[in-house]
Amino acid sequence: MISTLTRQTDSRLPPTTPSHRYTAIETRNLSHSVGDKVLVNDVSLHVRQGEVLAIVGPNGAGKSSFLRLLNRLDEPTSGTVLLYGHDYREIAPRDLRRRVGMVMQSAYLFPGAVAENLRFGPRQHGQDLAPSEIEALLEQVGLEGFAGRDVWHLSGGEAQRVSLARALANQPEVLLLDEPTSALDERAEREIEALLTRILSDQHLTALMITHDSAQAARIANRAILINAGRLIFDGSVQEALHAESTLQ
Amino acid sequence: MLNQLFNDPIALRTAQVVGAAAFALVVAFLARRQGIHLQREAAIALVRGITQIVIVGLLLTFVLGGAQWLSAFLLLGMMLAGAVIAARRTKHIPGILNVTTRSILVGAGLVIGIMVALGIIDRAPATLIPVGSMLIANAMNTTALALDRFRAEVESHTGQIEAGLALGAAPSAVVAPYVEAAVQASIIPSINSLRSLGIVWIPGVMAGMVLAGSDPVLAASYQFVVVAMLFATAGTTALLCTMFVRSHVFSRAEQLTLRTKVRESK
Repeated sequence: MISTLTRQTDSRLPPTTPSHRYTAIETRNLSHSVGDKVLVNDVSLHVRQGEVLAIVGPNGAGKSSFLRLLNRLDEPTSGTVLLYGHDYREIAPRDLRRRVGMVMQSAYLFPGAVAENLRFGPRQHGQDLAPSEIEALLEQVGLEGFAGRDVWHLSGGEAQRVSLARALANQPEVLLLDEPTSALDERAEREIEALLTRILSDQHLTALMITHDSAQAARIANRAILINAGRLIFDGSVQEALHAESTLQ
Repeated sequence: MLNQLFNDPIALRTAQVVGAAAFALVVAFLARRQGIHLQREAAIALVRGITQIVIVGLLLTFVLGGAQWLSAFLLLGMMLAGAVIAARRTKHIPGILNVTTRSILVGAGLVIGIMVALGIIDRAPATLIPVGSMLIANAMNTTALALDRFRAEVESHTGQIEAGLALGAAPSAVVAPYVEAAVQASIIPSINSLRSLGIVWIPGVMAGMVLAGSDPVLAASYQFVVVAMLFATAGTTALLCTMFVRSHVFSRAEQLTLRTKVRESK
């Protein structure tokens, strides 16, 4: 059962040893404006396969705007994104979003049962998850036996776990995490964080995670970038990025 | 009382118009005493209403005695005017006039065309224009209601919609619940009209026919025909406009552009 959860060999992916050898996602001079407001300004970045990158910066710095460009929820004004060396404009948006999964700040679950939420992504490309696969996904996020539960009755932490399992159901190559614990209480936050650390490590997933919590960034990420006023102003170790961020305030 | 004061029919009708308008203004001024300022809007609406309806009356005088193509031309003009009005009521959706125009032209045009072809509506201008205009007005209201509801649903569910897109779903799949809500909301007035027919109200066509001396049962059956056509028009235009509008709230790369429009307007 567990084998269905681990990342299966996929012809779209390069060989995975050593895991940090390949650039999973790259941005080239990426910019995004809304009206005359520049939200992301000329950001160039490489994220290697299996790497967990923390994105830090003050409120309104453009972190979420940057993340939304990576799975093309918004269109860059200029520049582009490469997924394993391929310009993402050459990939159909639905395929791209399946390969570059996203967990948002709020869970945004669809009304109905937990299982239906997990089935949603795979069903979009004609795949129907078996009950055993649903249960395995739920086991992975610590929600065994929740398949039939109505999402209406879930706590904030449980809903965010379902949101994570829903994203994992698509077997993404890259996972974008937009402050997935910021709307939770401290206990739920620590639980989700532990879960994320384990899943990212077990599955060698490439991840980009926005966080306001410097301790969390230090615990989860291998590397960090600091974004301010839409610009990438630091790229390096988590500790140095956090130090650079503290000098902004 | 007025018919005792005025013998000349034109003078009598003018007095009736002035009396009705004065009564409406009195209501507006009474509302003002409650702090509700309607008088300016009421005055403008009354002047606009009488001007428009008199112009239509003059046009009808010309069209009713003219060729049949004139009535088709007049109905086409009404459809275009309806499309402009419906578009003005819907905010934040780019290219909305295109959506309202196609929806009303196809929706109302289809129902009018089928009804005329089947002989349910007489093609004589005296029947076609008044009945056609009712269908067009209903198509306009339905389009405006459906689009406004759809926009509001999408704006208040951007999170769910983008969560669906982020999971690789097609735009049509993620907005399906909101299309359903918009269609239902927009055709409820037409369903209510059918339900309450004869119980709560005697609609205009029947009232007019009875006033003109027609048999009430015949007038009632024709009224049912009109209300059923109104329902058909509402359903058709609601389905069409919610289908056409989808391509205007998503980009070619399947991004929710309505979200950006709302952010730009803030």
